[in-house]
Amino acid sequence: MSANLPEPLLEAKAVAKHFGGVKALRDVSLSINHGEIYGLIGPNGAGKTTFFNCMTGLYVPDGGGFTFAGAPLIADAPDKAAARGIARTFQNIRLFGNMTALENVMVGRHVRTKAGVLGAMFQNPATKAEEAAIRQKAIDLLHYVRIEERADDLARNLSYGDQRRLEIARALATEPKLLCLDEPAAGMNATETEQLRELIDGIRCDGTTILLIEHDVKLVMGLCDRVAVLDYGALVIEDVPAVVQKDQRVIEAYLGA
Amino acid sequence: MNFGRFFRSTVGIGLTAAFLVALPFIAATGGQAWVRILDFAILYVFLALGLNIVVGLAGLLDLGYIAFYAVGAYTWALLASPHFGLHWPIWAILPIAAGLACFAGVLLGSPTLKLRGDYLAIVTLGFGEIVRIFLNNLNAPINVTNGPQGITLIDPVSFGAFKFSGTTQIFGVALSGPQKYYFLLVALAILVIIINIRLQNSRIGRAWQAIREDEIAAKAIGINTRNLKLLAFAMGASFGGVAGGIFSAMQGFVSPESFSLLESIMILAMVVLGGMGHIPGVILGAVLLTVLPEVLRYGVGPLQMAVFGKMLVDPESLRMLVFGLALVLVMRFKPAGLWPSPERQRELQETGK
Repeated sequence: MSANLPEPLLEAKAVAKHFGGVKALRDVSLSINHGEIYGLIGPNGAGKTTFFNCMTGLYVPDGGGFTFAGAPLIADAPDKAAARGIARTFQNIRLFGNMTALENVMVGRHVRTKAGVLGAMFQNPATKAEEAAIRQKAIDLLHYVRIEERADDLARNLSYGDQRRLEIARALATEPKLLCLDEPAAGMNATETEQLRELIDGIRCDGTTILLIEHDVKLVMGLCDRVAVLDYGALVIEDVPAVVQKDQRVIEAYLGA
Repeated sequence: MNFGRFFRSTVGIGLTAAFLVALPFIAATGGQAWVRILDFAILYVFLALGLNIVVGLAGLLDLGYIAFYAVGAYTWALLASPHFGLHWPIWAILPIAAGLACFAGVLLGSPTLKLRGDYLAIVTLGFGEIVRIFLNNLNAPINVTNGPQGITLIDPVSFGAFKFSGTTQIFGVALSGPQKYYFLLVALAILVIIINIRLQNSRIGRAWQAIREDEIAAKAIGINTRNLKLLAFAMGASFGGVAGGIFSAMQGFVSPESFSLLESIMILAMVVLGGMGHIPGVILGAVLLTVLPEVLRYGVGPLQMAVFGKMLVDPESLRMLVFGLALVLVMRFKPAGLWPSPERQRELQETGK
C-alpha cells in the first residue's frame, strides 16, 4: 500500500483538547493513507472518541488541526466535514429512532443531493428523479449491509447488530472518502464480529478509507493495515499491527505498568 | 381498515369531495353560526398544519405560534381597512402577510437555534406575548395598531367585483358569506395539505425529522441544522401569516385579544392530540378541538334547562373542564395522539400498549 509514498488522506497535526484540567488529547499527530484501514486503540478514557469528535467537527480542538484530502478541516462544522467526505458512526448508536431504516439511509443522502422546498412543493421532474435516485441508493445500501428486509421497520425496533449495520449504511450514504467507525463491534458476539469484519473489509475493497476505533484487539490486529495507540491522550505508537503488538509501552498501557 | 388508502382511491376522493361540498349546506340548516364554526375549524386545520411543520416534523416546541397568525392578521387589517385608508387587493396582501410572518419566524428562530425542548418553549412563549403586547401598545406615539380597541371595518376577501361577504347567487344557489369563505378555506386547506405531504416526504422533510430525532447525528451526516431549523420556523410562520390574513378579512375586526397564549396552546394541543407529525391526525385534532367546544356551548345550556330547569354550570367553564379532562385522558390512553402515524401505532402495539 505504501509502495510510492502515497499522500495521506487525513493528517492530524498536534491536535490538543482539554476539558477543564483534564488533558484529553496531548498534541496527537498521525496520518491516514488512502485506502487503508487504520486502527485507533487505547484503554478506556485514552481520548479515542475525543479525537474522533475533534476530527468530525463536533469539538473544537484547543490546539493543532486536521488536513483532509489536501485542505484544512474547519473546526466546529460537522456538516461541512461530512460534505468534505468524512462520515462516522457513534459509540452509543445514534439513529433516527422514529424513522424507518430506509428513511435513515435516505437522510444520509442529504449532503449529496440538493432538492429544496420549492422542488418538494412543485414536484418538478428533477426533484422526482432525484427522489427516486435517493430511494434506490438507500435500498442498495441496505442490501449492501444485508438488512434490506428490515427497510420499513422503525430504526429503534431493529436488533442491536442491525442497528450497527444501519448506522454504517447511513454513513456510507454520504459517499465518504473516510469512514470513521467508533467501536462498531462493541457488544457483539463472535459470529456478529466476524460478519462485521467481512463488512468492513468489503467497504475498504470498494475504495473507502476506514478509521476504526475498537476495543476488540483481535479484530483490530487482524483487519488493520496500521494501528495507532493512544494512552492518557498522547500517541504512544503508530505502526503496522505486528510491531504494535510487541511494543513494550503498548503492553504496559493495556496491562498497567 | 386503511384510511389512508381509502382517501387515495377514486371513490374515497369522490365521497370526500361530495361531503365537503355538502357540509356548509347541512350546517346552514342549523343557522349561519354553524357555518362560521366550520370556517374556523378549517382555519385551525390550516394553522395546525403550519405548526405541525415546526413541532411535528422539526421537533421544535413552539408555544408562540399565534404571533405569526397575529402578524398576518394585522398585515391584512392595516393594508385593507379605513384605518390607514388603504384597500389593497388580496394578491398583494397575502404574499406580504406571508413574507412578514416568515421574517418574524426567522427573527424568532435565529436567537433560539441552540435551544431545545422546554427552553425553546419558554422563549417562544415569551415571543408570542411580546407580539401581543406590542399590538396592544402600538397606538402611541404613532397610532399603528389602534391598541386594545383593535381595527374595525376590515375589507372582506374579494376577487375583482366578487366579494366574500354578503349573500350572492351562484348558478341559482344562494351562498352566504360564511359559505363562500368555507369554499375558499377548503381550497386553501387542500393546498396546505398537499404542501405538507410533499414536504414531509422530501429531502427537506426527512432532514427536519432527522433533526427532531437526533440533532448531533443529523449534523454528523452533513445536515446544516441551523439553516434547516430556520427554514422550519419560516415555513410554519408563513402558513400562520396567511391564515391570519384570512381570519382578519373573515372577521372584519382584529384586536390583540384574539392572539393570547391560550390560542397558541390550543393550536399546539390540536397537533399533539391529533397525532404529532401525522397529517390526518393533525386535521382531526384541529376539527375536533374547534367543533366540540361549540357543540358543548350550544348543547349544554339547553340540556341543563331541559333536565334541571335552570343553569347549574356555565357552559364556558364546563368547556375548559372537559377540554382539560380530554387532554389528560388522551395522553394517558393514546399517548401518540388520536390518530398517530401507522409506524407509531405499530410500535405502540409491539411494546404491548
